Amino acid sequence: MADKEKAFEIRGMNLSYGTFQALKNIDIDLYKNDITALIGPSGCGKSTFLRSLNRMNDLVEGCRIEGEILFDGKDIYGKEYDIIALRKKVGMVFQKPNPFPKSIYENIVYGPKLHGQKKKEVLDEIVERTLTEVGLWEEIKDRLNKSALGLSGGQQQRLCIARCLAVEPEVILMDEPTSALDPVATTKIENLVQELAAKYTIVTVTHNMQQAGRISNRTAFFLSGEVLEIDDTRKLFTNPSNPKTEEYITGRFG
Amino acid sequence: MKIREKVIERLILLCAAVSVAAVALITIFIFSSGGPVLAKYGVLRFIFGNDWSPTSGSYGILPLIVGTLGVTLGALVIGIPTGLGCAVFMAEMVKSRLAKLFRAAIELLAGIPSVVYGFFGLEIIVPAIRDYLLPMARKLDPDVPGSGFSVLAGAIVLAVMILPTIVSISENAIRAVPKEFHEASLALGADKRETIIKIILPAAKSGILSSIILAMGRAIGETMAVLMITGNMVKVPTSPLDPAATLTGTIAMEMSYAAPEHQNALFAIGIILFIMIIALNGIAQMVAKRFGGETA
Amino acid sequence: MRKTWKSKGYFCLIGLVAAVTLGTLILIIGFILIRGLPGITVEFLTEKPKMMGKEGGVFPVIIGTIYVTLISIVIATPIGVAAAVYFSEYAKKGVLMHVIRFFTEVLAGIPSIIFGLFGFAFFVVFLGMGWSVLSGGLTLSMMILPTLVRSTEESLKTVPMAYREGSLSLGATKWETVVKVVLPCCGPGVLTGLILGIGRAVGETAAVMLTVGGSLVLPVSPLDSARTMAVHLYTLASEGLSDEKTYATAALLIIIVLVINSLANYISGRLTKE
Repeated sequence: MADKEKAFEIRGMNLSYGTFQALKNIDIDLYKNDITALIGPSGCGKSTFLRSLNRMNDLVEGCRIEGEILFDGKDIYGKEYDIIALRKKVGMVFQKPNPFPKSIYENIVYGPKLHGQKKKEVLDEIVERTLTEVGLWEEIKDRLNKSALGLSGGQQQRLCIARCLAVEPEVILMDEPTSALDPVATTKIENLVQELAAKYTIVTVTHNMQQAGRISNRTAFFLSGEVLEIDDTRKLFTNPSNPKTEEYITGRFG
Repeated sequence: MKIREKVIERLILLCAAVSVAAVALITIFIFSSGGPVLAKYGVLRFIFGNDWSPTSGSYGILPLIVGTLGVTLGALVIGIPTGLGCAVFMAEMVKSRLAKLFRAAIELLAGIPSVVYGFFGLEIIVPAIRDYLLPMARKLDPDVPGSGFSVLAGAIVLAVMILPTIVSISENAIRAVPKEFHEASLALGADKRETIIKIILPAAKSGILSSIILAMGRAIGETMAVLMITGNMVKVPTSPLDPAATLTGTIAMEMSYAAPEHQNALFAIGIILFIMIIALNGIAQMVAKRFGGETA
Repeated sequence: MRKTWKSKGYFCLIGLVAAVTLGTLILIIGFILIRGLPGITVEFLTEKPKMMGKEGGVFPVIIGTIYVTLISIVIATPIGVAAAVYFSEYAKKGVLMHVIRFFTEVLAGIPSIIFGLFGFAFFVVFLGMGWSVLSGGLTLSMMILPTLVRSTEESLKTVPMAYREGSLSLGATKWETVVKVVLPCCGPGVLTGLILGIGRAVGETAAVMLTVGGSLVLPVSPLDSARTMAVHLYTLASEGLSDEKTYATAALLIIIVLVINSLANYISGRLTKE
């Protein structure tokens, strides 16, 4: 494991909303091309942690962060750091599918257009490539100009993943990406996530431990704002070193 | 990129601040135009003076204040019970579809320009008072003067104009009363009428009160309709059938031909009006805040 | 038994009040339309007024109304929408926001005659624009600003946070997010505010009288004086020149305002349905 390249290095990170401390002294590394699952009971801070990796917490008033989060060796909360460039490299997929109320095509090219891509041929190519990557191309290639809101929940979520891929990120953050979906759609997304791991670094929050076990190769267990344990998924699930982790994964609380 | 965002943020803040600038400019220009007259003539003498003859330099606006208050009070006396009746009707008595229709009608009423109300008053209310009410009054006292242009005519038309304000805010307040209050009262054996009078209306009183204060502000500030039907006689009215002049009407009418000092006196009236309206709106906001605090 | 009679009487009374209110609305509109509609002819709409409006049409008055209204919404719309964006997207809770919010409320409560006085003192005299379409348009734009801010802000509030997050997570800046994702969702809200603003501008009399003047000549330059429908109605009614023309003008004004308000109702109704 030591020879793996680090994507994120988090050093002594504390995060608080007003007087409430949501994350305490987080000190972990996230590796490239891993699928890292963040698990823990609700309110443990796993989503907050995820959202601080692409600075989405900046939207929350009164949110303060201490410590360092290094991405490719640079502190993303440093004064000079370009948030826009960060979010281009670190994409995000949300809990509920959130396509824009625009056409399918417009949803995908939204990011590339923002970042200066104007050529129709290139944009067309991006749409086809990303939709193929998420396995939607055959299903919807004939209605690219229809509203994205007409798709089913699972299709919408895959579209959102495609929209995220269109910006060519290095890391994809996923915040419980299947919690609003039915079992069939969930399976599709899970398979997709595993395929994507070949090219991208993935960090996913999940409240579903079977899912963490199925798709991730590393797992971090959060409790009350702290990371109690982070390890190889198989090791964490079969032989956890912290008794609290064992209590949680065997279903005694949470 | 960052600089562009910063510049845009400043520009947007600037646009939002336009209302601050607007209010500030309005205040500055009204006060600087009207202030000198107030200072020179004396505020008390201006407000309580009984003689308004701008051509001879006499600026007492008591008759205008009494005229405005008379018309406003009359409008409230007619408008409050009517408005509350409509609000109760919409919130408690009819199905939501009929209430919706009624609400659309009230919104139409709010959309009619005041000059149209004035015209309506001129063509219907004033003649009605002249041809029906005055002859009846003269049977009791043959010396009742008047031509139909009167405080009463102004009050009737203003009452219609302030209805939308009273109805919409009061209806919201009544609807905001928790259903449990209703059920509790009915469960104790009260009938619907008693529930409405003893439980619902008192619970909604802050909302109703703020609607009345806002309506009062609207009535005081209304210009065209009263200008066209109150007769514009600058004399303290002693009966509802007397003609009267109001603060707003006098400004609108005399502005077009006033000499410079006279003009400044009209601005001074504007100051008085401005202060009255700001005070009323301030009170309404305070009442509304208390209302918000009560239900939350 | 007495109790129910009392109740019945009470509810009858309220029903009666409601009926009278509805009746008043119908009376006002019906009365003016019935007496005014016959006067609205093609000639009335397309000809110049003769003898101060006693005869002829209202063409320059219609143009004057459109001119003044157009100027007011062209100025007020961008400012109003930007102000709403400030309140809903940029403002941090604090003194500054409360101050700006408070002044916007104050602006909404100022009576039109005060706007008229101000417009006269500031635009007409101080800035030397004279009685003109421009002075009136600027004055009206201040009057309709709060309406625009309010209705745009209401509809900005209904745009899901998820759209903003999605856009930001793709590397859009805040402004790009507002322009490309958030505002396009608010079309109907902005339009409702705009239409209500137009309705107010068309019907406004006192402020317009003091800033635009009353010229019956067709306005060409923004610095020309003009007369709007509302002012024309007031002048005709108070001078008693011609019953027919007065009623026709009133009917025309009422029709315009009714159409505008129904349009606003329809759009905001569709908005809430979605």
